[in-house]
Amino acid sequence: MKTRPVKSHLSALAIAATLSVSALALSGTAQAGATFDGVKQKGYVQCGVNLGLYGFSAPDDKGKWSGLDVDMCRAVAAAMFGDAEKVKYTPLSAQQRLPALQSGEIDILARNTTRTLTRDTANGLNFGPTNYFDGQGFMVSAKLGLKSAKQLNGATVCVLPGTTTEQNVSDYFRANKMTFKPVVIEKNEELNKAFFAGRCDALTSDASQLAAIRAAEVQNPNDYVILPELISKEPLSPAVRQGDEEWMNLVTWTFYAMVQAEEKGLTSETVDAAMTSPDPDVKRLLGVTAGNGKALGVEENWAFNVIKQVGNYGQSFERNVGAGSKLKMPRGQNALYTEGGMMYAPPMK
Amino acid sequence: MTNPVQALNSARVRGWLYQALFLACALAVAWYLVSNTLTNLATRGVATGFGFLHREAGFEIGESLLSYSASDTYLKALVVGLLNTLAVSAAGVVLATVLGVLIGIARLSSNWMVNRFATLYVETIRNVPLLLQLVVWYTIMNRLPSPREALEVVPGIFLSNRGMKFPVLVEHAGHGWALLALIAGIAAAIAIVRHGRRHREATGKPFPTLPAAIAAVLLPPALVFVATGAPLAFDVPVLSGFNFEGGGSVTPEFTALLIGLSVYTAGFIAEIVRSGILAVPHGQTEAGLALGLSPGKILRLVILPQALRVIVPPLTSQYLNLTKNSSLAVAIGYPDLVSVSNTSANQTGQVVEAVAMMMVVYLIISLAISGFMNWYNRRVALVTR
Repeated sequence: MKTRPVKSHLSALAIAATLSVSALALSGTAQAGATFDGVKQKGYVQCGVNLGLYGFSAPDDKGKWSGLDVDMCRAVAAAMFGDAEKVKYTPLSAQQRLPALQSGEIDILARNTTRTLTRDTANGLNFGPTNYFDGQGFMVSAKLGLKSAKQLNGATVCVLPGTTTEQNVSDYFRANKMTFKPVVIEKNEELNKAFFAGRCDALTSDASQLAAIRAAEVQNPNDYVILPELISKEPLSPAVRQGDEEWMNLVTWTFYAMVQAEEKGLTSETVDAAMTSPDPDVKRLLGVTAGNGKALGVEENWAFNVIKQVGNYGQSFERNVGAGSKLKMPRGQNALYTEGGMMYAPPMK
Repeated sequence: MTNPVQALNSARVRGWLYQALFLACALAVAWYLVSNTLTNLATRGVATGFGFLHREAGFEIGESLLSYSASDTYLKALVVGLLNTLAVSAAGVVLATVLGVLIGIARLSSNWMVNRFATLYVETIRNVPLLLQLVVWYTIMNRLPSPREALEVVPGIFLSNRGMKFPVLVEHAGHGWALLALIAGIAAAIAIVRHGRRHREATGKPFPTLPAAIAAVLLPPALVFVATGAPLAFDVPVLSGFNFEGGGSVTPEFTALLIGLSVYTAGFIAEIVRSGILAVPHGQTEAGLALGLSPGKILRLVILPQALRVIVPPLTSQYLNLTKNSSLAVAIGYPDLVSVSNTSANQTGQVVEAVAMMMVVYLIISLAISGFMNWYNRRVALVTR
């Protein structure tokens, strides 16, 4: 890990080179269906994930990846192959992630990536439904006794580059006529070390990441507070390359199936019993009433496999970032729409 | 008239032919890579071009030699990054040279302690990766106390984990005049040195060059300074809110990077200096002694001018290394060219353009340094008469 910054430049360079050279094999292959067919043929999903963000995508001590984003990839594999294990992971830095997807190195990017207009257009990506509604916040030492981010005028702020984070924090201070000094360090560990050593007054990142950092680095979580203001909208969403509608559809509806399952009360434990449910919506979802699978180009029991092997959205959330994890994030905006959140699956018929 | 087949037998014609072939191949490969990249980016719907340079950057930069704000363009942000790179490289080159020369001479010292210490320094510093050293220096900087408990090293100078804060002179019209006088003094000193040399060469008698030159440099600005009323007001840093306000400052990131680069490169420069001095035959020293020159004069007039011929070419590569190594700044948060380029690439998604620009800029900086050093090398090279 010590060589990360150098490596990431090299990788950026390598990816730039790949874009030029991989052209040999790939030129003109970006017609509809290329990714979908390619994944089907090779028999696994190549999934771009974070280098290690607890709760979203991080390998455990046995090297097995887990997290909310990892579950997204596993769900897609379950829908495609009926086996959630048919995923290969490519850990990517913030800089590497877009080129990796653009160049065809990965099939899907599930790496706490914010959906923005530029990425959706000029960068040649398509975004699936948001799998975590996040927002950028500030973490400060409890000793400072701050109650609001509006009290941060003149502060030094530690920022992780390679995201929309730097721009958001600049916008926030500009809008509130405050000034600040950024300290931008490319390596997570070095940035966190600098913050906890007192180099900065505040650490800024997505609120979920701040909670993850606090859970991982601090003995007593009460020593640091996350200020209540969220200064940006960060709809973290899985992304695919433009030009393959079939693949995009599968990713989109796989996620909706997880949300729909939660709404219908189907969990990985109860889904077997639900196969005999009289509810027409459940019948269509689980493929008892055929149609959805054919429309997506996969087996009719695709959603059953997703729910059985990965679980519904609520299960995935609680296991990775919610009450069942060290992060202890509240559901908040990520609750079902029926419970005051924003998770809403369109009709699956 | 030679016919074409015979012409092929001529070494000169074949030489030209092969060179033309090689050039054509190189150009074809370059053209292929560029056009292929463009086609591929286009088929994937990725926008290309340098238009983004004129859009608003929208991010702040921690330290800047220009006045910069988030509402400036990406181009300006990149210029700020470039200047930061140049600043730390220039300071690093000077510091590394001074330190390297001292250590190099120390390695030749007959004093056991000095000699061993210099050897230990060179062997340790050269053999530990620079990135690790930078992280260590940065960690040390961060271990300093917080601004509220800052160390006051000398009254007015505060050392904390936010960097070093020091008083700066409040601007006054008299300073401009004093500066002009200083420039005039330096010009006069150069003239005195030239005159002294000519005087010595013409008459064979020594001329008091050094005292005269020092007087020429120092006296005029001092007189102007007193004449304009000795305007000495300092802007002293004062603790307010999160940090100090007023005064000048050097950030821990800059300091850590500067120290790291200088200390590391000095290890290599020391060896170059040592080899340069050892390359001058001992007979030269003996000849100097026979002429009755003092040891200091022998070092200054006999050894060093000859050693420089050996030292300058490898020294050039060390300067180039130092400049390129400054890109490791991203690891410890100094906003250099690479750091700013990375941020720009991320916000705009124009990775290929950003990487290409970085490569071109580093190439230009390196060529400039190497051009200057080659010029200097020709100056100190042995002149055949």
